Amino acid sequence: MPARIVETKPRAFKRVKIDPITLDIIENAMLNARFEMDAVLFRTAMSPGIREQHDEFPMIANVDGKMVVGQFGSFIYGFKSAYDGTIEEGDMFLTTDPYSCNGAVSHINDWLLLRPIFKDGRLIAYAAMFGHMTDVGGKVPGSLPTDARQIFEEGIRVPPIKIFKNDVLQEDVLNLILHNCRLPHWNRSDFNAIVAAIRTAEKRVIEMASRFGDDVYYSALEELLDRNRRAMAHLIKTTVPTKKQFFEDYICDDGMGMGPYKLRCAMWREGEKVIFDFDGTDPQSISSVNFYLNEEMFKMFCGVYMIMVFDPKIMFNDGFYDLMEVHIPEGTLLKPREPAALSCRTHALGRLFDVLGGLLGQGNPAFLNAAGFSDSPHFMYSGYDKNGEWYQLYQIGFGGVPGRPFGDGPDGHSMWPSFTNVPNEFVESYFPLRIENYETIPDSGGAGKHRGGNALRVGYRFLENGEVSIHDDRWLTYPWGVNGGTPGQRSRKELRRKDGTSEILPSKCDRIPVKEGDLLYFDTWGGGGWGDPFERDPAQVAFDVEAGLVTAAGARKNYGVVLSKDFAVDEKATSALRAREKKKRGRTGIFNFGGSIAELKKRCKAETGLSPPRQPEFPRWVKSTKSPKAARKSRRKTA
Amino acid sequence: MSYRLGVDVGGTFTDLILVNEKTGDFFSAKVPSTPHDSSIGVLNGIERVCKTAGIDPTQITHVMHGTTVATNTILTHSGAKVGLVTTQGYRQVLQIARSFVPGGLGGWVIYNKSLPLAPLALTIEADERVGARGEVVRKLNKARLARDLRALRKKNIEALTVSLINSFANPAHEREIAKIAAKEMPGVPVSLSSDVVPEMQEYERTVTTVANSYVSPKVSKYVRNLQRELKRRMNDVQLHVLRSDGGLASAKAAEAYPVNLLMSGPAGGVSGAIWVATQAGFRNLLTFDMGGTSTDVALVQDGKAQLRRETSVHDVTVRASSVDVRTVGAGGGSIAHVPEITKALRVGPESAGAAPGPAAYNKGGTLPTVTDANVVLGYLPSGEVRLGGDMVIRRDLAEKAVMQIASALKLSVKQAAAGIIDIVNENMYGALRLVSVEKGFDPRDFALMAFGGAGPLHANALGKLSSAWPVIIPPGPGVLCAQGDATTSVRDEASRTYIRPFSKTSPKEVSKIFRQLAAQAAKTLDQEGIPQAEQSTSYEVDIRYHGQGLLLTVDFEIEEIEKRGLDAIGGKFDDIHRQLFTFALTEEKELVNLRAVVQGKPAAVRALRVEKGKSDPSAARLGEHMVYVEGRDQKGALYDRSKLKSGNVVKGPAVVLQMDTTTLILPGHVGRVDDFGNILITPE
Repeated sequence: MPARIVETKPRAFKRVKIDPITLDIIENAMLNARFEMDAVLFRTAMSPGIREQHDEFPMIANVDGKMVVGQFGSFIYGFKSAYDGTIEEGDMFLTTDPYSCNGAVSHINDWLLLRPIFKDGRLIAYAAMFGHMTDVGGKVPGSLPTDARQIFEEGIRVPPIKIFKNDVLQEDVLNLILHNCRLPHWNRSDFNAIVAAIRTAEKRVIEMASRFGDDVYYSALEELLDRNRRAMAHLIKTTVPTKKQFFEDYICDDGMGMGPYKLRCAMWREGEKVIFDFDGTDPQSISSVNFYLNEEMFKMFCGVYMIMVFDPKIMFNDGFYDLMEVHIPEGTLLKPREPAALSCRTHALGRLFDVLGGLLGQGNPAFLNAAGFSDSPHFMYSGYDKNGEWYQLYQIGFGGVPGRPFGDGPDGHSMWPSFTNVPNEFVESYFPLRIENYETIPDSGGAGKHRGGNALRVGYRFLENGEVSIHDDRWLTYPWGVNGGTPGQRSRKELRRKDGTSEILPSKCDRIPVKEGDLLYFDTWGGGGWGDPFERDPAQVAFDVEAGLVTAAGARKNYGVVLSKDFAVDEKATSALRAREKKKRGRTGIFNFGGSIAELKKRCKAETGLSPPRQPEFPRWVKSTKSPKAARKSRRKTA
Repeated sequence: MSYRLGVDVGGTFTDLILVNEKTGDFFSAKVPSTPHDSSIGVLNGIERVCKTAGIDPTQITHVMHGTTVATNTILTHSGAKVGLVTTQGYRQVLQIARSFVPGGLGGWVIYNKSLPLAPLALTIEADERVGARGEVVRKLNKARLARDLRALRKKNIEALTVSLINSFANPAHEREIAKIAAKEMPGVPVSLSSDVVPEMQEYERTVTTVANSYVSPKVSKYVRNLQRELKRRMNDVQLHVLRSDGGLASAKAAEAYPVNLLMSGPAGGVSGAIWVATQAGFRNLLTFDMGGTSTDVALVQDGKAQLRRETSVHDVTVRASSVDVRTVGAGGGSIAHVPEITKALRVGPESAGAAPGPAAYNKGGTLPTVTDANVVLGYLPSGEVRLGGDMVIRRDLAEKAVMQIASALKLSVKQAAAGIIDIVNENMYGALRLVSVEKGFDPRDFALMAFGGAGPLHANALGKLSSAWPVIIPPGPGVLCAQGDATTSVRDEASRTYIRPFSKTSPKEVSKIFRQLAAQAAKTLDQEGIPQAEQSTSYEVDIRYHGQGLLLTVDFEIEEIEKRGLDAIGGKFDDIHRQLFTFALTEEKELVNLRAVVQGKPAAVRALRVEKGKSDPSAARLGEHMVYVEGRDQKGALYDRSKLKSGNVVKGPAVVLQMDTTTLILPGHVGRVDDFGNILITPE
């Protein structure tokens, strides 16, 4: 049964006419409120993942639960349809279970809090926020076990519950949850921080409604949603062809030696509607790399991406949702059946953006970006120090932003909003390790007229015995280049033992024992290049070589640029070399994947030092994925 | 008899305030600026103001100066060629810049990063390593460094930054490198990160120190030149430069740490506002400085400007204390437009600037600006009714420009103009909220002080939005900065990162460090010849809950720690945390940065009083005047500011004219003139 809303003084809102000025004022005030939520959270949270890396997402939605400001789209519809209970004044909901909220959050580490906002006895809006907790219990520190087969191994799962009733905190429940986490004081503090951020949003919403009147506030939000719908309708019509487009990309492995897993999506337009169909995506994995994708969230990804690529000035919200239809077959990597493990969903989530970029861009090559650092790889290090105290570090890695129509991709950066690194001096002060290298890898960005950003190398020297876990990807498949650009360099992890031996670690692994004095090189991957590298301004190539971002050999080999010892361009030799290389290369396609999967597997051992992954075994009950039609039917059923 | 002089060099005018240190009487002068060599304008102004005061320039002992030279060096990318020395493995610290990409989801698609202030080609690595606790892990390889520095010298660097990992915990290697640099590249100024900002966080420390090096040669040249010219005319006069945090630095300190001057200009305005407000009896205020392209706001509590540990100029953000001035890209020149797809009305941040300027100025601008909207609505009177200045305002051109918005939105030209004003006011209100509501301050507890060319036009409306009353329009919004320069005091601070949970240190240890820091900061003032009796010391500590990223600054008296222990500051921290975020935690607290600030005595300056009058302002009335407010034309009046007397009450709607600004008083509001000539606007 869906949730029932209880209002003490229910009355309908009246849609009134709004002058454009008031509308713009409310739009700005809503945006300010959303940024204020971030500010409150960043300043008071304790998990470095939220505090420094900003792995958190705020949202304010209208009375129907449609997101008006925020960035991951509304999950309230999914929540309401799945929650069997009442929504009342003074409630604040907590959930961490993807399966109970239709994928509003996609792994248990994300704690989602949702607050219905009431004014004068009636529901007027919702505010919600989720953030990534450093640990939520389960079988490994950090709660992201690569080899989990069921969600039960991944920590304490909280179905939607009222953690505040009548504005009273349910202390017993919170204590029960915290008791199952390895760093309970962090979780408590982060929980408090999210609550404070949501209360800030609530205050602002009520202020706004009081200032302008409830009906004006309500109508303004409707109008903002409509405005966005109109803008998106225009964008869809002008950029999405009616002819079916396909694109597919992969996550390299599942942490159990199997892979790669295919993500495939088709896209076409019917009238003003765009349809996305994930038919052909691989079945769900028996490990934890599944990504329980919420259709609404995917719409938001598309919307945001289209806006950024084609017209960044449009403010995005949920207004356009009925212009998109999304089919995700059940039992696939993107819609696994409960209780499939989900914790390591970050790779599929990231890769989805590459799929989206390829899908939208192939019809509009001028707007096409190369594949970039579509992941947020994890590094975890934990154990007991010499004094017997538990330490536990969780970090996100950064890499190369791809070459874009807009310009070169930044080196060693993040593609997620407002993520930043944790200062190394901070890490060294609080954890038993020393970071000996923090630099980007020359030539690791794909070559192009606009260069892909370089990968990042972090050299961790361990000062205590402990265990490390690594979750990365793109070690087998390449971050592809476009329009003549070449792929970026793939990721790599090398552990150099103090005893002089050295080994290449798999891209995904848990609980690797390390000793004091060992050194880990955590190399991420570079962004793909955009455009023909032989058309890159030689002076720019010379600049990169002098800066140490590209090597002299790389300049010659990848860009056909010949430099003197003092970085001056040898014009004559350069044009000759470029002419020769261009002829040798021949015509380039839109995409450069660096080879077929079969070819990559064949060269795998020699190039990466790791054995190629086996063909995935899928759960036996997964015979074939359902057709889009069946998926649509099942979607209606859950609604 | 000794005098001190405040000087503010603006783009067009140089303003000067001469203060008799004994009586507190002051004299002011305004002369044209001389951009090719500002000292000429300054000296012209000094001759002028001394003549007015009937004194000889040699009687001036202190010159206090706010300058935008450091800011402009960054804005115009005209700084030094900076070489950088990092720890091995960290050469790309500025290139990586903490991996941050601005904007929301997909923001990377349109982000083009600007180049670091110290180019990678001029960055070298030192073979050395210091651990997080200050221990030397690997000794500095001096021979290799000397060789690499020689190579850098051949690339003609103009300044050098040394910023090594963990140097906040142990600066020994940075100092060794400074010695080697002195030998290998004599004459090249060297900035050490452990000197400029001895705090944790490698990127922030490096970018701040590099910014210091980047602006250093320009600032040095400027300060030296000015000092030389002043000394030529005025013997042993002492030059002081206003710092971003509102304190004064000696010329020598300004040269050594120019990164502290990035907000010198706006800090002067805020200091001036504080002074004017204090005279008028207000201690809590929001300052609102609206110019042609941007608006600066700040919050002043109990006569003190809020400070923050960060300064931003364009896309350069450094770790240096500054008056917490927030800037929004909204000013008189901000352009209004209606995007094709959304049909929303947007104002700014693009600006018509000085050229081509607003359409009404008839200098070639055709796009509708905020100024044009003000003209259409009658807030800025057009044609011959203007007082002073040689700018003719063309209402017809303003209407033509605003018509573009009116047709796109299907509104009348006046409705469109009113919309532009409402939107720009809302944007500026957003900035006021940043410094007030979002910091836990209620704007209703503050007065709003408006200055800058356009501030007094919009101030009444912002008073309405924020409920900050009264709105204060000072008599000379233009000379406010010079007043600020003249009325501040010499200030220096010393700080140190000292990360300890409360339980792992003692009040004795902490107070010992604070006293050392105070002695270190006092040295600067001693050197200035400021007697110990006139120095006052205040203490600040940055605290957080153990594990938290946020730092909150707590002010306290050192005796409190000595008497009541660390709980004295811990309790204050909890209070501030509660005020800002509605909750406090039971987690253990941790000290992070300790700071001592030593300050000299400010000059006692007496404000000029205006002639007393009755409440009737009709002697200053110039005539009837129509303004469009609240959706209709309303009959109001025009007034001449120079003829207003203390006690006059001007009823809105009214427009008050003076040479350097125009004040709008809205219907339902009155402006009372106080003894000092301020107009205090309140709801009727």
